[in-house]
Amino acid sequence: MSIRLGGVCEPGSTRVNKTGGWRTFRPVYDYDKCIKCKLCELLCPDMSVLEWEDGYFQFDYDFCKGCGICANECPKDAISMVLEEK
Amino acid sequence: MAVIRDLNKDKMDVVEGSYAVAHSVKVCKPNVISAYPITPQTHIVEDLSQFMADGEIPNCEYIMVESEFSALSALVGSAAVGARCYSATTSQGLELMHEILFNVSGMRLPIVMTIANRAVSAPINIWNDQQDSISQRDTGWIQLYAEDLQEASDMTAQAYKIAEDKDVMLPAMVCMDGFILSHVYEPLVLLEQDLVDEYLPPYNPELTLDSKNPMTFGAFADPESYTEFRYLQQKAMNNALAKIEEAASDFQKVFGRYYGGLVDEYETEDAEIILMAMGSVIGTIKDTIDALRAKGVKVGLLKVRSFRPFPVEAIHNVIKNAKVVVAIDKNISLGLNEGALFTETKASLYNTSIDVPVIGRMIGHGGRDIPVSTIEKIVDEAANVMKSGISVESQYADLKEELL
Repeated sequence: MSIRLGGVCEPGSTRVNKTGGWRTFRPVYDYDKCIKCKLCELLCPDMSVLEWEDGYFQFDYDFCKGCGICANECPKDAISMVLEEK
Repeated sequence: MAVIRDLNKDKMDVVEGSYAVAHSVKVCKPNVISAYPITPQTHIVEDLSQFMADGEIPNCEYIMVESEFSALSALVGSAAVGARCYSATTSQGLELMHEILFNVSGMRLPIVMTIANRAVSAPINIWNDQQDSISQRDTGWIQLYAEDLQEASDMTAQAYKIAEDKDVMLPAMVCMDGFILSHVYEPLVLLEQDLVDEYLPPYNPELTLDSKNPMTFGAFADPESYTEFRYLQQKAMNNALAKIEEAASDFQKVFGRYYGGLVDEYETEDAEIILMAMGSVIGTIKDTIDALRAKGVKVGLLKVRSFRPFPVEAIHNVIKNAKVVVAIDKNISLGLNEGALFTETKASLYNTSIDVPVIGRMIGHGGRDIPVSTIEKIVDEAANVMKSGISVESQYADLKEELL
């Protein structure tokens, strides 16, 4: 990659800037408690909650920064924050 | 190096400094102007809005904003779509722009801005010193300092030429001392439109924001690439050194006026004492030198036109044969008790073969008058340094002990 003047780039370049490496805690679903209310998807500031065909959700760990908003806002406590390990 | 002026009286008008600068901006054909009025910059933007109202600046938008932060932010977007942009500010307004100053230089947008230099609060003070622009020295903007109205006016066109050069692409501040230059009336030649058209080509950016060919400006850079952006900005600053010289000589070819490139010299050929300074104090120093030369004192002046990029080589060439150098500053780095010109000149001599004592004298803070007697006192102190070495490296030259 060579840097263009002023760092101007094509749209979509943030896809390669994977921000998941900053995370200390990762969110993990307990699907037995999940009621598919979508709040986690709506509130995620990094668009890191992805909806799957069955209506449940998964985290995109390449971009999830581990902020914990999803876990904090989940009405059924279906998301827990687990310490990242090496 | 002598200052060459076109003294064709038929071409001269007596106008206020702010008007002269506003006129220069007009003939440089900006596409977007955005500024918030603040003393002593106000007259510049008032004159520009009058020009706009009178339809004298075609193909230009004047964006009204509620603060200096917004003024410069609006220009970031405007410059990114390929507009030639202008703003003016001073003091607290410039400090309010601090965050955006980095954005502009990092995004390599060649915006030109006039700074009507003024002291910063607290205590509140509207008069002139250069603390405001010096406090922004590390933001990646080219900083040029004008000696008088004609130079401030001519420097505006030169600034666009330098900033928009493909090897530079950095924003530039044209610094003129508030009130002393912005509000004074002097005879000068207002830039002629046909000559400016010959001197300054239209701004033609390589990349622009365009909905038909989408691009991302000001994108994210992680630790893997951020350093390289800073490296490239510094490289552009290095390129600017030659371009500033070039812009000044090209200006002379078209307009017949020359004020030096990165620096200018006055009576330095055989000078034992060399005073260094920036801005309007240069005029007072030249008058003092004339009087002292008549008495046989070998004193000269190094006028620094470009503070960023800092012209190390040009400065060394002038001071290398002096017996003592005095850097005169209208600013202070609090906690170091030194003005910026002094600190940087001194630092630039480290690891060189030039062995000349340098002392720093700070004057004129908050608009305090700088009479010839203050400059004479500084020259006396420099003469003492020649005889007995440095006793005080840096101090206020006009401190009123009785107020303390």
